[in-house]
Formats: sequence, C-alpha cells, structure tokens
Amino acid sequence: MQFRPVLPMVMAGATVALGLTGCAAAPEPGTVTVLNSATDTAEHTKNQKFFDRCAKKFGLRVEQNSVPADQVSSKALRMASSHSLPDILELDGSELPQFAQAGGLRSLRELGVRTSGLSESGVSLGSFEGTRYGIARSVNSLALYYNPDLLKKAGVEVPRTWKELRTAAKKLTGRGTYGFAFSASPNADGVYQFLPFFWSAGGDEARLDSGKGEAALRLWKDLVADKSVSKAVVNWNQQDVNDQFVAGRTAMMVNGPWQVPVLEGQHKVDWAVAKFPVPEAGGKAVPPVGGTVMTVPKSDDREREKNAARILNCLNTPGNQLDWGEAVNNVPTRAAAARTYAEQNPKLAPFAELVTTARSRTAKVGTRWPAVSDALAGAFQSVLTGGSSPEAALRRAQRQATAGE
Amino acid sequence: MSTVTAPSVSAPAAGASSADARGGTGRRRTALLRWLFIAPALLYMAAFFGYPLVRNVLMSFQHYTPTTYFTGEAPFNGLDNWRAVFSDPLFTDALWHTALFTVGSLLGQFTLGLALAVFFSRRFRLSRFVRAVLLLPWLVPMVVAAVVWRRILDQEHGVLNAALQALGLTDGGVPWLSSPDVALLAAVLVNIWIGIPFNMVILYGGLQEIPRDLYEAAALDGAGPWRAFRSITLPMLRPVITVVLVLGFMSTVKILDLILALTSGGPADATQTLGTVTYQMSFLRLDFGQGAVVGNVLILISAVFAVLYLRANRADFGTGK
Repeated sequence: MQFRPVLPMVMAGATVALGLTGCAAAPEPGTVTVLNSATDTAEHTKNQKFFDRCAKKFGLRVEQNSVPADQVSSKALRMASSHSLPDILELDGSELPQFAQAGGLRSLRELGVRTSGLSESGVSLGSFEGTRYGIARSVNSLALYYNPDLLKKAGVEVPRTWKELRTAAKKLTGRGTYGFAFSASPNADGVYQFLPFFWSAGGDEARLDSGKGEAALRLWKDLVADKSVSKAVVNWNQQDVNDQFVAGRTAMMVNGPWQVPVLEGQHKVDWAVAKFPVPEAGGKAVPPVGGTVMTVPKSDDREREKNAARILNCLNTPGNQLDWGEAVNNVPTRAAAARTYAEQNPKLAPFAELVTTARSRTAKVGTRWPAVSDALAGAFQSVLTGGSSPEAALRRAQRQATAGE
Repeated sequence: MSTVTAPSVSAPAAGASSADARGGTGRRRTALLRWLFIAPALLYMAAFFGYPLVRNVLMSFQHYTPTTYFTGEAPFNGLDNWRAVFSDPLFTDALWHTALFTVGSLLGQFTLGLALAVFFSRRFRLSRFVRAVLLLPWLVPMVVAAVVWRRILDQEHGVLNAALQALGLTDGGVPWLSSPDVALLAAVLVNIWIGIPFNMVILYGGLQEIPRDLYEAAALDGAGPWRAFRSITLPMLRPVITVVLVLGFMSTVKILDLILALTSGGPADATQTLGTVTYQMSFLRLDFGQGAVVGNVLILISAVFAVLYLRANRADFGTGK
C-alpha cells in the first residue's frame, strides 16, 4: 500500500505532468533496464539470477529497479511523461490494459516474443483487446487451504461444493476456531477472493446485476450469519487470513500459492490444498488468474526493444519457466512446463489445475476494471455488514461501475 | 510569527530615506536589492506551491487519464469532473465522515492534551519521565501505529475487547473495525491517541509562559483552581490554543495513511474520508481529473481555516495583547 499524505501526492502528480524531461538519463547501450515490484531482498536476488542467466547469453547486463507493487503503475506513468520508461516493465496483470490503451506498449508479435504453447489464462492475463502485450512467466490463483488435523478431528471431508463448504465450516467452528476464512477487505485483496465465488456462480463482471452473482454474495452472507466465518473478514486482507490459519484460528481458508513459504516455515499447523469448491456438484470452478506480466514499452531505439525481447524469450523457455515457477511457487504458463510443475509439486497440484480454468480480471472489461473492482468491493462489504441485500447491492454496484459512461 | 513583521517593516523605510538623499539611481538600486532578497523566497513559493496548486486546479477541469502521461494530451472537459464527483454519494459521505473525524479527533486530542498539560505543569516525582513516555505515540510512524491498533481493536482476539469484557463493560465484544456503525469512532479514538502528545507538548509550553504571580494574586483574591483555570489559564493560552487547533485541523482533515492502514476506508465505506477518496480516484481508478477535484476541495477547506488562523493571529498579536 501506498501511504503518503494526499496533498503532496496530488501535487507530485501535477508536477510530474509537467514532464521532468531533463531527468531521463540515457542508460548504457548494453544494459537492459527493468521496473518491477521485487522489493523483497530474496525476491530481488532471485529475479536478478534469472535476468543474469539470460543476459549473459547476449552479452547484456540487466539493471532492476524495484518499487512496492502498488506503486509500479504510478511510477511507470511518471516515467512515461518524462520519456524514461525502462526497457522491460513488469506490471500486475490487472494494470496492463491502462498502459496498452494509452498506446505505450509494443505488442509481443511486433517484438518477436514467442507466445505459442502458453496456457489460455496466461495469454489472457497479458492481452488487451485481442493483442498480446505482456508475457507472464508464471501465474497464481486461489484455492482452498485446509488443516487436515482439524478436519479429521471433526470428521469432516474436504468440501467440494458450496453446500458441503457451509456444513463443513459449521462443524469445524467452535472453541476459538472458525470453520472458514476469506478476505473481504474493501480493496484488491477482497475483490480477488470474491471473484472465484462470483464467477463460479456464473456472475458477470460486465453486468454485475445479471442475477447470477447474487448466489456468491448469499453464500458469504450465510457463512458469516452461521458464525462459521468471523465478522471481522470485512477488515482482513489475504495476509491476515493466512495469519489466522497459521494461528490455528481457522480450519479452512481461501488463499494463493504465495503463502506457501510462510506455511512451510512454521510447524504449528498442518496444511493441504484442495480445489476450489463449486456451487453444484459437477460444476466448474472459475478462479481469477493473477500475477505479473512483462511488457516492453515503446521506445525510439529499436535496438533496446530488440534486447528486451531477447531477454523475454529466454526467460520464458519451458526450462526457465519451470525453474522460476518453483522458485516463487507459481504455475508456469507454458502448458508443458505446468504439467511438469504439477508432477513435481503434488502438494500444489490443485493450483496447476485451477489456472487452466482461471480467468483474467480484465479480459472482459479492460480499462474499466478499477471501477468494477471498486463496485464489487462496495457490494460485498455492504452485504456482509448488513447494509443491503445481495440483489440490491449488485444493482447499486452496476450503477456505480458504469457511472462514468 | 507576525510579531517579527513589525521590525522588518520599519527596516526598508529607513533604507528608503537614505536612498532619497542620493537620488533616483540609488533608489532604483535599493528597490532592486530589495527584490533580490525576496526573490529566492518568491521563486521557491512559485515553483513548489504556486505551480502545483494551479496545475491541480487546471487538472480538475481536464480529462486526465493514464493516456495523458504518454501523449501529454489532457482535453478540457469543463465541469464534467466536478459534476461527477459532486453527484457521487461516496463524496458526500466522505465529506461528512471527514467533518466528524476532524471534529471528534480535535475535541478529544485537545481536551485530553490540555488536561495532561495542566497536570504536568505541577512538579511532582517522575513527572518528567511520565511526560517523556506520553510523547511516544508521536514518535511511532502512523502506519506502524495503525497496524498495532488493528490488532488491539480486533473483535475476537484484541486486547481492548478482552479488557472491556474483563471489566464487564461488554459481553459480545465490540466490532471496532468490522461494523460500519463503530469503525469511524474507532478511527477517531486511534487518531486521538496519536494526537495527544502534540497537543500536550505545545499547550505545556504555553502554560510555562504564564507568569506564576498571576496565580498567586488570584489565590490571594480567593480564586479556586477552577476559577484560576477559567480566568487566567484559558485566556492567557488563547494564542497557543489557536495554533494547536489550526495545526491539528490541517493535519487531521487530510487524513489518509491512518485510515488506509486501519480500515482501507471500510467497512462498507464507513471510514472513507476526502483523503481516501482522492487516493482512490487518482491512484486506483486512475482518473486524475476527478481525484484533483476532491484534492481541490480539501485545499479549499484548509485554505479557509488558514485564513481564519491568520486573522485570529493578527487579532491576538497585532493589537499587542
């Protein structure tokens, strides 16, 4: 999160619009610059290792510039106005449309970056209006984590449908432990977690009030009303949910593969991953696909673009994707690499399977996603806090999401 | 501040009279010199306050999106942004929340700060040590404070609810951050905690300035402690009180970091303030034009209070009170 006082922030934005052209220092010819969100030291080093591995082949050097995840896009916008964008810009998948629409990105086809054999979800994460602008080395999604000890003690099977989920959660609740937990915070975290419920129920992000998504809101509401889920979920981000799980205060949770290092680093609770529960037996779970995509901003210097494309091609060979996926616990986007990944990591196999049906948040609504995301957050927050019925909440959300049109 | 202006006004006057004797060129040179002295300050103000301010006002009349950063084009769209923002119920809610948050925070911070300042102005054992400890909240970064308070206020495992339950004050546990009815109050309470040290320190400083003999004289006249507080402490503190309240207002009305870390504006937008709405519009929805509208409203509100503050100051100091 970006925590800065508003006024300076607004002013900074304004100053930037002036174009700090003088500040754009031209990088050396043999250097490929990257802007990403690898601020964590371990992550930064890991990234550098892969960059170096590829750069060496072409006699290049890669220079990483990392800023916190939610500052990447505003930083990149500032750089765009001063014509100092990096050679490779690594964006969150949901941010790509804004940059693609602005005409700031070179398409992968023009660059000669090979995208054949990529999983559908991987492709959609990096596409805008049918054109591929970004390539994801690996993607993540959400699945059901559970505590096998607690399930066994309560004599509960891993739930596969929503009905089973509700009964299981009820049985698992008691004595300081909730049956189930998810994040319903009014920001990107909560929305990401709401989507697998919303989409699996048939909800449509382009028409929030189509009537199909209501079932998802009703399920969340029922789970909280049953007291199988804490009322505090409206204030929990995904990290908080994981903390609750690790503290043994919840028997099941929704979370992503990025929590694996934390879960592996503790020995208090046992954990396992299952597929996402579906509304009806035989249905298909539609979780969101998340992760970052690497893009190449348009540059006057074709040589720089070419170097960036070389690096992208190298990073995305099946071998390198597999290594990377294992390093960050995400699923490679090359179908072959994903299969090997699932075989080698049986514990995380549900993720590998889920990303084959996973959907990108922006595939349908493109640059309107931020407004839709806000509206969805408003809907589940007002339903969970008792402010409105699922139906009314989604009708209001639809009005809100389309207010600007 | 304005006490300083008195001598500085007389200085140029003296310079001008000596220049008169030397004739026109000398006068022009003195005038030039005078401007040269002011120039750095003027340039600084123009570059770092004037320009961003004007840009921000302009931006609120433009269709300003991510594309603008690439093309540099931001077409003017008249009052569209303003109309969109003012017809958004979220804005009206945020305005109301900001008012409640600011008034609540200032009332709490000021009353408790003043009470503590008066308390510590008596000398007693360990008073310095305790005063130093009370300053701690001031030293804690806002985001850290918010994260800690999130744990304290947790409905089920939070220390505050555990304490309240142990005292028998509640039985269910107050949903501090998870109920739209209580969340704003919780945010106000946390902000009061953060603001007390600032209020206490400044008011304590003000109290030290009040001559002791006033109290002695009042005591001789038979005034009790409450009477002395009302008739001596409060009036003598007036200028300091104005400063504390206006500065407190300025920092409270634009609150963002505390709210983002504490509740992200939730639950159900119950803690959205003008600050969080600007942030949301500009940096999440990437509609910089609409974000600028809310930013301008904030600037306007602050400006009104800044003017009031300057006037109050002039009244207090200018008349030689």
